[in-house]
Amino acid sequence: MSVQTLTKPTSQKTQSLRITGSEAVVRSLIAEGVDVLYGYPGGAIMPVYDELYKFRDQIHHVLTRHEQGAAHAAQGFARISGRVGVAIATSGPGATNLVTGIADAQIDSTPLVCITGQVGAHLLGSDAFQETDIVGISTPVTKWNHQITTAEEIPEVLAKAFYIAKSGRPGPVLIDITKNAQFEMLDYQYKPCTGIRSYAPEPQIKIEDLQAAASLLNQAKRPFIVWGQGVILSQAEKALKTFIEHTGIPAAWTILGASAIDTDHPLNVGMVGMHGNYAPNILTNECDVLLAIGMRFDDRVTGKLETYAKQAKIIHIEIDPAEVDKNVKTDVAIVGDAKKALTALTPLLENKTHDTWRRRFEELHQIEDEKIIQKDLFPTKDGLTMGEVIRCINEHTKAEAAIVTDVGQHQMIACRYAAFKQTKSNITSGGLGTMGFALPAAIGAKMAAPERAVVAIIGDGGYQMNIQELGTIFQTKAAVKIVLLNNNFLGMVRQWQQLFFDKRYASTELINPEFGLIASAYHIPARKVTQRDSLNEAVGEMLAHDGPYFLEVVVEPEANVFPMIPSGASVSEIRLS
Amino acid sequence: MNEQKNLYTVSIYTEDNVGLLNRISAIFQRRHINIDSLSSSVSEIEGVSRFTVLVQVSEAQMRKIIGQIEKQVEVIKAYYHTDEETIYQESCLFKIQSDLLFEERQIQNIIKDSNARIVTVNRDFFVLEKSGRRHEVDLLYRELKPFGIMQFVRSGRIAVTKQKMNITDLLAEFAQA
Repeated sequence: MSVQTLTKPTSQKTQSLRITGSEAVVRSLIAEGVDVLYGYPGGAIMPVYDELYKFRDQIHHVLTRHEQGAAHAAQGFARISGRVGVAIATSGPGATNLVTGIADAQIDSTPLVCITGQVGAHLLGSDAFQETDIVGISTPVTKWNHQITTAEEIPEVLAKAFYIAKSGRPGPVLIDITKNAQFEMLDYQYKPCTGIRSYAPEPQIKIEDLQAAASLLNQAKRPFIVWGQGVILSQAEKALKTFIEHTGIPAAWTILGASAIDTDHPLNVGMVGMHGNYAPNILTNECDVLLAIGMRFDDRVTGKLETYAKQAKIIHIEIDPAEVDKNVKTDVAIVGDAKKALTALTPLLENKTHDTWRRRFEELHQIEDEKIIQKDLFPTKDGLTMGEVIRCINEHTKAEAAIVTDVGQHQMIACRYAAFKQTKSNITSGGLGTMGFALPAAIGAKMAAPERAVVAIIGDGGYQMNIQELGTIFQTKAAVKIVLLNNNFLGMVRQWQQLFFDKRYASTELINPEFGLIASAYHIPARKVTQRDSLNEAVGEMLAHDGPYFLEVVVEPEANVFPMIPSGASVSEIRLS
Repeated sequence: MNEQKNLYTVSIYTEDNVGLLNRISAIFQRRHINIDSLSSSVSEIEGVSRFTVLVQVSEAQMRKIIGQIEKQVEVIKAYYHTDEETIYQESCLFKIQSDLLFEERQIQNIIKDSNARIVTVNRDFFVLEKSGRRHEVDLLYRELKPFGIMQFVRSGRIAVTKQKMNITDLLAEFAQA
């Protein structure tokens, strides 16, 4: 490179720097406000790591123990903060190991920018060492992806990556950078991206749609709201609260919508879906107007589509036009931002209380409370329940903690019973159902919100899928509280085997190690609870401890999660046993 | 899924990008929808590519797929049309032994009647080109088949719509915003 000057003035009077592509990567990240990223180094990304070292006072790189852990940590970071999570890995296996986290972020609309190194451009397609077509592999699971082969593309492509990841319906973006582009020099100048002509992230809400929705809702005798993560992503929590308090409409949530409205709010009628609450599932098929807000009618929410809310007029507030009429045919679609939609809709609606209708929820809740909730939360039989552990955590944290869950029975129990007073507090793998999510996601969440208690609730199956991230906790001292609900089974699969496969427990029993010893090896204080009388004290000790803590609770091996909508059944066919 | 399937011509205006073909074809593949034909070219707008995809699906499914296609960041706009709403053509090439052209009078008549065009003739073979609707191409194929076809290739459908597409307005709107 012949240019020796470090800077040169441009026509816009802004300075451009003559730097390497890898420095441009790091400077671009800093320009986007990134102060922490998660990753794992390797050959094809080494130049960028070299720059991360130089800029380590401005940007903190967290070395996870596996690239999947890096992706999930970035997800946890994004979910609790609403910011873009960043993960970085090398080419080949480094890149492919990110894919599960990327797929998870795609289906759960999590803003992520993943950066992967790639072999030099001259080697592309030659089956070079650690070459893999990560752009091809990640295409179906990214909102956008792109391969950079020249240094000068770096600032513009990264600006675009961040813009796409966080705008509209958020999602993961993967940027693959060939090694030569990391070494080459460019005239660096960073301009944040503010628009792409082929991409309209936020459709304009149509006033006639708002009016049509208002007319349906004002006439409704039995209106019902189901909200999803869209409320959290558009920061519509307050707008939703105002909306339900004004209209008196009972509101339920999908698993990813949890914590947007306080758990104890009188109009919060619980969770919908396969292991959701009894009343909102049954009454989905009795309401006359169903207002869905920022949710996508996942099959775990709707059960059998042919019998889902057929009696109701459906209103769908949704930012992604492709979700409208995808699974459930709507009568009125309000396509746009949930916060704007709710804010505009509220003044068009009459102030009501819907007392009679709401009593139906209370009546059905009583049934669930008697048959299930009391037994889960205040068991009298021997053997600890997952539910009582969650109740104990609620009591100690006063519903202020962020709860990070993995996938399976413990996840359903935690989401059913965790109490929330703060939004963005339920971090879980919803759409993809990724076992191994919770431990690394909790690390990212804790780093994004160090002032908050972050409690990872994990089953013994999922824990062992990314157990190596204990090393990351040890090294970073991230004060994650790990609660292992150990039933020595892959509990949810075992539950299905019991209910639908004549108790043939095919490969669901786990012979587990002494988990406390593993935590101890990482110098994480560990405690194991097997008796009810020590649970409360142990949870207290865990939360009071200054630093990470591992608490294993041995729970009933063959307990089942109820209520349950069997696969393929209607929401109104929800079973209590 | 007993809904009636129709033949649709999908027109997709996109940014010029290497990875897009992959993204678009994956949308069909994931839903087990067979692509009858696909062609890609430049469009009437500089820097904007145009894909023409021919598929048989129900209208409800078509709408969902259009939503998924338009969701792709680099897709500007996607449309679907029935045959009645478009002017469409396919093109094909036949490579045939040259001696047949002189020895089989019938071949000369077929060429004349079908409005096919001889692209090149040399000592060994000649190449015949025909543009038209699928049934015209198929008819020509059936007529020539008994004489022996050395090579045959047919292009994907290309189509323009009778109605105006508001793509230029869309891009102008963005330029102003």
